[in-house]
Amino acid sequence: MPSNNPDSKTSAAHGTPAGVFSSLTLEEMQAVARKLRRHIVSMIGKAGSGHPGGSLSAVEIITALFFHVMRHKPSDLCWPERDRFILSKGHAAPLLYASLAECGYYPPEELATLRRLGSRLQGHVDRTCTPGVEMSAGALGQGLSFGIGVALAGRLNSQDYHVYVLLGDGECDEGQVWEAAMAAAHFKVDNLTAIVDNNGIQLDGWNRDIMNLEPFGKKWEAFGWQVIEVDGHDLSRLVDALEKAKRVEGKPAVVIAHTIKGKGVSFMENKVDFHGKAPDAAQLELAMKELA
Amino acid sequence: MPQEVAMREAYGKALVEMGRENPDIVVLDADLSKSTMTHFFAKEFPKRFFDCGIAEQNMVGIAAGLAASGKIPFASTFAVFMPGRCFDQVRMSIAQPRLNVKLVSTHSGITVGEDGISHQAIEDLALANSFPGFNIVVPADAIEAVQAVKFAAATDGPFYIRLVRPKSPLIYDERYRFEPGKASVLREGVDVAIIATGLMVVEALKASEILKSDGISCRVLNMSSLKPFDEQAVNTAATETGAIVTAEEHLEHGGLGSTVARIVAKYHPVPVEIVAIKDTYAESAKPDELMQKYGLTAKNIEQAVRRVIERKKR
Repeated sequence: MPSNNPDSKTSAAHGTPAGVFSSLTLEEMQAVARKLRRHIVSMIGKAGSGHPGGSLSAVEIITALFFHVMRHKPSDLCWPERDRFILSKGHAAPLLYASLAECGYYPPEELATLRRLGSRLQGHVDRTCTPGVEMSAGALGQGLSFGIGVALAGRLNSQDYHVYVLLGDGECDEGQVWEAAMAAAHFKVDNLTAIVDNNGIQLDGWNRDIMNLEPFGKKWEAFGWQVIEVDGHDLSRLVDALEKAKRVEGKPAVVIAHTIKGKGVSFMENKVDFHGKAPDAAQLELAMKELA
Repeated sequence: MPQEVAMREAYGKALVEMGRENPDIVVLDADLSKSTMTHFFAKEFPKRFFDCGIAEQNMVGIAAGLAASGKIPFASTFAVFMPGRCFDQVRMSIAQPRLNVKLVSTHSGITVGEDGISHQAIEDLALANSFPGFNIVVPADAIEAVQAVKFAAATDGPFYIRLVRPKSPLIYDERYRFEPGKASVLREGVDVAIIATGLMVVEALKASEILKSDGISCRVLNMSSLKPFDEQAVNTAATETGAIVTAEEHLEHGGLGSTVARIVAKYHPVPVEIVAIKDTYAESAKPDELMQKYGLTAKNIEQAVRRVIERKKR
């Protein structure tokens, strides 16, 4: 697994002399993923509300992006050449907040303020509040359109940054996702990669029972996208898939990451109930033990 | 007769002019560029023009992404589709993060005419007024439309600019300068203030002429800036004239009349009459026929003035 950062001699979490975040090794990323899971469960437990299921399912996706694939500078939020990450499934805010903290955008202690009055960490992501958050989200289906705009601006400005948009699979019920899918292919936006956290569950139940998305990959293909399917909890394969997606030319690419909702906490895994429910005190203790 | 010019044609040409000066200006449309007149820009700057097809939600989302990346996007379609069709996209992707997107809708109100109620936007100002932090401009003629568009391009933040389909008489000359949050005083008067917006400004001026011959002195204000709103001009009008008539080509709910009534009730209660569409949809017909049937003419303003002056005497 090659580093995407030629300056990187070490894998220290706080970057190279230029301030560009250094790519971590596989072992280091695995440790980060465990840490992010602990943050997620503990933040949501403390807040007493939030969405653990869809945060836990996307931990490896975000880890691969922020700690290996993406070029970014936690010390310079407006660095023009930074790769852009857009969290379209805005309810996975705790996961993004934890990752940004671990990258050094703000101190991890701040994670305890999630959803509190006056906190920079809002219930759903808000670009006006949190350093490193590129787009406000929460109402589903809007991130891919926004990402196309960011990608088109990069093309107009001859900048070579790449745009990553993370969607939920349930989110793809929204018609706007497919308007955007059509447009991205039409405009030949190849500096954008969509990633779908394909955990199979939405708020009311399993996707296949609530609103069937299949044949999911074929739909994206029919809309003109390069489709790459991958085990969304295998960091090594995820990194390869994301780097392969970035190299696709002349059309956009989507990485369909097959994941498990609530991954890592036994009693949350594949449980519809933990889409949007915080663990109680006993569950929190148990979960933290499992994630130790 | 003053010269008649279509606001949307003036807008389309202004985009080209601004595009030549500022490479960051980009334009989006939703398959209506020949009607919204963004096609002028498309022709001169094909790489900076994005026809998003018949997909307004996606269009405003792309505009938000462009704005977040330093571009100055102008997105256009009919007023019935924006902000209506893409309300939540404007709300979350543009209004909440206060992004620098300029929404310029054409074909607002009932002067769309024969296309009928599906195409007559009479609720758009209520929708746009509900976004905290938005700038809203309803120009009264083509000269003001160009001024507003140039002002929007030069000012950071989200804008909704509401244009109409038909040609309309010019009330300003080239020396006019649009000021945000400022009413433009077109006639001084002491008996009543007529506060109008959009195409109704011309009707207000006509009404004031008729009333003048009856010895009624009307102050006429063009309230093109609905957000920010010139509360002071309304206060002054209420204090100095003691009676107010508003006029707009929009529902009575959530537009100019309801804003003026809120301010008057809050600071200086005086009788107010609202000339607007009364809680109904219209129908297909010629624009002039509709303006008459739905009560949006100089005659309706004149009658409202007479009523409000009667109420003032009580």
